[in-house]
Amino acid sequence: MSESDLSKAELPLWEIFVRGQHGLNHRHVGSLHAADAEMAINNARDVYTRRNEGVSIWAVESSRIAASSPSDKEPLFDPANSKVYRHPSFFDIPDEAGSM
Amino acid sequence: MYAQLVKTDGKGVKPLDEMTPEERVFQQRIDDDQKIEPKDWMPDGYRKNLIRQISQHAHSELVGQLPESNWITRAPTLERKAILLAKVQDEAGHGLYLYCAAETLGISRDQMFDQLHSGKSKYSSIFNYPTLTWADMGAVGWLVDGAAIMNQVPLQRTSYGPYARAMVRICKEESFHQRQGFHIMMKMANGTAAQKRMAQDALNRFWYPSLMMFGPSDKDSVHSAQSMAWKIKINTNDELRQKFVDQTVPQAEYLGLTVPDKDLRWNDETGSYVFTEPDWDEFYAVLAGNGPCNKERLQARVDAWNDGDWFREGLLANAAKRRAKQGEAA
Repeated sequence: MSESDLSKAELPLWEIFVRGQHGLNHRHVGSLHAADAEMAINNARDVYTRRNEGVSIWAVESSRIAASSPSDKEPLFDPANSKVYRHPSFFDIPDEAGSM
Repeated sequence: MYAQLVKTDGKGVKPLDEMTPEERVFQQRIDDDQKIEPKDWMPDGYRKNLIRQISQHAHSELVGQLPESNWITRAPTLERKAILLAKVQDEAGHGLYLYCAAETLGISRDQMFDQLHSGKSKYSSIFNYPTLTWADMGAVGWLVDGAAIMNQVPLQRTSYGPYARAMVRICKEESFHQRQGFHIMMKMANGTAAQKRMAQDALNRFWYPSLMMFGPSDKDSVHSAQSMAWKIKINTNDELRQKFVDQTVPQAEYLGLTVPDKDLRWNDETGSYVFTEPDWDEFYAVLAGNGPCNKERLQARVDAWNDGDWFREGLLANAAKRRAKQGEAA
């Protein structure tokens, strides 16, 4: 990268995930700009955890995330609709059988 | 409000029978209160309008740091200084949440900065007024953040998912801002005669500019009608302004201060206050760049950006160097 490229280059975008409390999953909270992973974590601390919102931070460069598109919705999720037997409520079990 | 005059490209709301099938499905989703997400199809006008609105809002948060940062080094106690510092830091955070939300629509943050710096994109007129005394920190928190909350609470239900989620975060933090401002006003209003005069003076100067924050009446505006059909605007400017006056006048009375409006009176029939409209010529003049502090505010932003250029460049160069080293090691 030449010098003029650098001065016009934008800091890459990162997606930030925060674990709110011990025992919970990391959850997506938003994004921010940072030159590298260390800066992403430091910025995430300032932007997304000013009020004790987290005990752990993940930062992933946005360009590294693969996402399904809205047009994939049917092939991806429709097949599950016809498989109602995957839910326990599908099966009628008499009360006499006890808790199950 | 923080986005006071957002123009749409259209000539009003398109009737359902003139819409393309895609547009009809889109409007139906909005009418059903479904959130629109970044990768979903959306009309060009919706995208453009949202970019304008969210970026204006983000710019307002960013420029909004300036009038208050003026008092960080002059706060009367260490505690007040720490509180003000935290408040100003929140405003930076709010700006960042909003820039990120706008970026999901296909514009980059640096492009939005360019639009702010070149004057193409606006920010709220309120931040072009000076903060002359410590009581102004009270008035800004109480009135300006109070007016912001009035506008932002309904926007949590806006149709665009990333914008709505940013608003939820912002609203959670905004209440601290208003309360710390009112707390300053309580102290001043119950202090010495000189302190009370300062509090009254701050209210006098910030009352009408705060009413201007909601923007001019838009009950007949085609821009507003389209934005409301798209649910990126939930209430009219007049509705929000009335709500703000009704909430704020009793608070001024509690402080023992006088709202600077001789014609202010309670209307028993409507159950709300009748008040004097702000001077809209002044509003348009400030928006056009001729307020007391426009040049100073914009220059401060441009300088901050330009002065940080070498540092951003260094950060990127360092990151590239590290990546290259890791590549060698692998």
